[in-house]
Amino acid sequence: MKTNYKYSFLFLLIALILCFILNISLGSVQISFSTIIDSFLVKSSEFSNQEYIIQNYRLPKAITAILVGSGLGISGLLMQTLFKNPLAGPFVLGITSGASLGVALVILGSSVFGGFLATFLISKWSLVIAASLGSFLVLLLVILVSNKVRDTMAILIIGLMFGSITAAIVSVLSYFSTAEQLQQYIFWGFGSLGDLDWNEVTLFLILYSLGLVFTIASIKALNTLLLGDNYAKSLGINLKRSRLIIILATSLLAGTITAFAGPIAFIGLAIPHVTRQLFKTSNHQVLIPAVLLIGAIIMLICDCIAQLPNSEYTLPINAITALIGAPVVIWLLVRQRKMIF
Amino acid sequence: MSELNKHIILKTKNLDIGYLSKKKETPVAKNININLNKGELIAIVGGNGIGKSTLLRTLTKVQPALNGDIFINEKPLKSYNNQELATTLSVVLTETVSSKNLSVIELIALGRQPYTNWIGNLTDNDKNAVNNAITLTNIDGLKHKKCYELSDGQLQKVMIARALAQDTPIIILDEPTTHLDMYHKAYLLKLLKRLTVDTGKTIIFSSHEIDLAIQLCDTMIVMTKDQVVSDQPCNLISKGIFDNLFPKDLIVFDEKTGSFRVKK
Repeated sequence: MKTNYKYSFLFLLIALILCFILNISLGSVQISFSTIIDSFLVKSSEFSNQEYIIQNYRLPKAITAILVGSGLGISGLLMQTLFKNPLAGPFVLGITSGASLGVALVILGSSVFGGFLATFLISKWSLVIAASLGSFLVLLLVILVSNKVRDTMAILIIGLMFGSITAAIVSVLSYFSTAEQLQQYIFWGFGSLGDLDWNEVTLFLILYSLGLVFTIASIKALNTLLLGDNYAKSLGINLKRSRLIIILATSLLAGTITAFAGPIAFIGLAIPHVTRQLFKTSNHQVLIPAVLLIGAIIMLICDCIAQLPNSEYTLPINAITALIGAPVVIWLLVRQRKMIF
Repeated sequence: MSELNKHIILKTKNLDIGYLSKKKETPVAKNININLNKGELIAIVGGNGIGKSTLLRTLTKVQPALNGDIFINEKPLKSYNNQELATTLSVVLTETVSSKNLSVIELIALGRQPYTNWIGNLTDNDKNAVNNAITLTNIDGLKHKKCYELSDGQLQKVMIARALAQDTPIIILDEPTTHLDMYHKAYLLKLLKRLTVDTGKTIIFSSHEIDLAIQLCDTMIVMTKDQVVSDQPCNLISKGIFDNLFPKDLIVFDEKTGSFRVKK
């Protein structure tokens, strides 16, 4: 009954591997392909500079790109199905804004704490913790609200309101901040895939996997939700519990990604739509692995462009994803004349 | 056929339906006592706002009864859990499906959810049930279409096929004939009638098509302001129940033809 998607998946897998290799071989320093292969295969006792760059800079960055792209794609897909709204994404629930607020408080609010505390606060780990706390706090509020309010549309609007509130707090903080602090906050807002060391990547991977486990556990409920809440209920689905698990999965994915890589635009919204167009199905058994692969591929490509190969400049990743993501969404809308969901 | 031999599948006892908010009861209809037989086509009729949807929502456990009890196969509805209920009654609602991007066959297969494993894989048994539902509703040609490509009448048949695939002894439909033209209204109700005969399922639906229901249904539940009566259509006519269905200033019930006429 299910169309066979084996070849599509095989194609995507090969594309992913190619993009991964391409991503690793490009960068501000030119490294020959044979050196790249050597750095993986030959266990030499001494580390050359180039091998060091690959092992400790490019490899974690490529892995981060894969996690960010696939994770944001999945959280977008979950939100779109849960809220039955093609415009939903991690931004909409206020999860990303929650993370931004956490970071803003740390960077912009550090002058309030002052002195020794300030220097401690602006370490990278504190940013990660603040962003996670921010997004989980917003998530907690959303869960509390979603238990009171039955209408998913209302939750969507409440999520947007949370976003507005955090944006307002950030503007107030900005007003009282120094130029340096503002610059630092803006740089965080650009998004970055490359600042993670192996410890951070490991933690990232663990939290990401947890989110993915929740996602896979929700596949059946997600498919049923395509019919609407009342039909889902009539099919024996425990709506409250399913909704909780789906929101938990989203916030874990989107929250950690924003914490580690900054607020990355458009991927969460665009990837699920691209995938639905390519696979022409709404079945989450197919959509979830497809979104994982396509999200990872597109993020790797975005990163290849962002690092402007062979130049010493790197463009903000957030600008590149929006530059690619927005035209894709527009193209889909024009071609279909409506948003298929 | 004696009344005693019939198997009563759904029964209400002193049922009060309505809404409960902040400890204040807003009853819609009171003291409903009906017995519905297995394998029958049953219509619920009544004017707008009389409580047809409320009754259906109460029977499907979407909202609680204010007072009284509902029994399905002698077992109180209250004691059914989600999963048991999903294998006992299926529904066709007035609301449209959220994702019109679903293909017809995907949508019907979702009716098998109560029987599938944790990830929702279909077994051969499930696939048979889906194909069976497609054959029964004559929608083989629509199988691979997307829901947004279907007309209202086609979509309604697909939704009925989905309910059939759920394989429950009772199917409940909320106003299945709305938005359909006269031919498709008759077609759909005849389809429902045939399904009760072919599958032995009990099908309950609410409708404004009183004349069609009189011709096709085994039992009708008539809801008026004062009472809720259920009986065979011919008995209801001879008791003059339909005369009190609507205010008498505009339309009158004509016993001979079994339909309403506009007063000249």
